[in-house]
Parts: sequence; structure tokens; C-alpha cells
Amino acid sequence: MTYFYSHGRYNMFFGVILLALLTLLAPSLARAEYGDVVLNNRAEKNGMRPVIFPHWFHRIRFKCKVCHTEVGFEMRAGANDILMADIIDGKLCGKCHNNKIAWGPQNCHLCHSGLPGLKTGIRGGDSTGGPGKW
Amino acid sequence: MKRHLVKSLLAACIGLSIAQAALSVEPDSETTSPWLPLTQDDLHDPEGPGVLLLQNPAEALFQLPRDVVGNRVNWVRALDKGFIDPRINLYSNKKEKVLDLDVMRRKTGEMNMVRFPHRQHTEWLDCTNCHEWLFKSKAGATKFSMFDILKGEFCGRCHGAVAFPLTQCNRCHSVPRTAAMPAKAD
Repeated sequence: MTYFYSHGRYNMFFGVILLALLTLLAPSLARAEYGDVVLNNRAEKNGMRPVIFPHWFHRIRFKCKVCHTEVGFEMRAGANDILMADIIDGKLCGKCHNNKIAWGPQNCHLCHSGLPGLKTGIRGGDSTGGPGKW
Repeated sequence: MKRHLVKSLLAACIGLSIAQAALSVEPDSETTSPWLPLTQDDLHDPEGPGVLLLQNPAEALFQLPRDVVGNRVNWVRALDKGFIDPRINLYSNKKEKVLDLDVMRRKTGEMNMVRFPHRQHTEWLDCTNCHEWLFKSKAGATKFSMFDILKGEFCGRCHGAVAFPLTQCNRCHSVPRTAAMPAKAD
């Protein structure tokens, strides 16, 4: 250790270790799948986990136009006010999640599967780091 | 002391680049799955009762044509080649309207010109998803810049969120400018 101090290399050693550690510990921004949407405008306020909507899963089975025209979802994460009452009435998610096309709304935890504390928005990295609204 | 500081800074930079290089290594597409299980995606609660019942991305996506960005799936090719057959409606009998019409945007500064292909877009989307509220049907009538797109408007409504990301400049800016096609407002 005296060697490091006396030769001024302690700083160098310390710097490398500290920054390598910091970089490794920094949370990765791109762990979610591209296009995943967190819906948490209402969920957690009502005691449920946030909803994670995976675009990748749905677009294998439905074209964009199905949900963004026939079902009526606006193309902006967080812009749709989605109430459980509407889903149970067969609107929005409930157009499919009705036990006919997809699982029904009684399967709470399949949609409400997010980590507590997540903010509403679109996830999944590959962004430019610009001032996006998603 | 000052010299020590400079040395530390230099060392920190080296350390940072080594760590970043180690982290940014792309997984070998032949052997390693680029898709994380839902329990590791920092979105799903691994303790939640539902997460183990859900399909993991790798189970569905491994068999689709690959891409280097986004979901690591070339969705347009997946649809074109019949790897997937997504429904076009739920309850209506509305026919699908595919429009095979390219629109050129010439006013792109020093970048290549943009060729917008309607076909690939209308195979996923309905005309009303973009017209007339976001884009006017008349070519060139809608004024927008790359900055608007980066802000998540116009093309950026989808590109950068669910369609291929804005880091893929040349996929849109794909047509080199020639003397026959000078830059002009269009």
C-alpha cells in the first residue's frame, strides 16, 4: 500500500476499481423487451401490481390495427384511461380478454404482474436517449 | 496532486471503457438467447403469482426472422414470409386495405432521402392510424423534422417505441440523392 501511495498509483488503482464497479452495478436500461408497456396510472393506487403489456406477444397474434383501430387504443403509452369496469364490460382489453378470445378478467395476476413502483410508459431500450415522450 | 487527479481520471476512463466493452458484448446469436426470461426483465415481479404462467419472449421469438435491434425480430419479414399470421379484426368483417405506394421525402438535409413504403405499413396498420390526424394524405403537406420524431411525434409514435428504433438511420434514409433528384421542399 505504501508503494501505491508513494508512487501515486493508488489513485489510478482506486479509480479503475471504483468505476468498473459502478458501471457493473448501474441498472441496465434495456432488460425489458422492446415495446413493453407499463400501465400504472391506476393499478397501484387500487392495491394491484402494475400491468405489463407486451407488444411482442400481441403482435404475433394481432396486427396493430386490431387494437389501435377496432379496439380503440390511442398510440401513446399512458394516454388511455383504462378502468377494470370497462374491461369487464367488454371494452378495451376486455374486447379480447373475455374468456373467449383470451383469458378473462378474473385472472388478475396474469396482467397485474409488474414490480411495485414502476412508472407508466413504454420500455425496452433501443431508444436514442433523446427527449422521447414514451 | 494535480497529476494524481489527471492519472485517476485517465484510469477511470480506461476502467469505464473496459467495463462498458464487457457489458456491451452482443450475445452470440447462434448459441445464446438474446431474450431474457420475464423473471429477469426488471418489469415483472418474480414473486408475483402470475409471472410463471406467462409465455417468455424466447419461446415465441426464437423461430422468427432475426434482427439486430428491438425485439431481435424482423417483424415485417416475419409477416411477409408467413412465419406469423396475426388476425386483422376481432368482430368486424372489414377487409384489409394494403396500399403499395412509396412516398419520397427529399428535404432531408445531408442525409439520404427517405422512401416511405405504404405496403409494409398498411400490412400492419389501418389508414386511419396515421391519416389524417397525424399525416395528411397529400405528400409533403405535413411538416415535421427529425427533432419531432425524436420527441416521439409523427414517425416517432411507433419508431423508437414498438417499430424499429431511431438508431437505424439508413432504414428510412435509404435513397442516395442524385443530380436528377435535387433537394427541394416536398
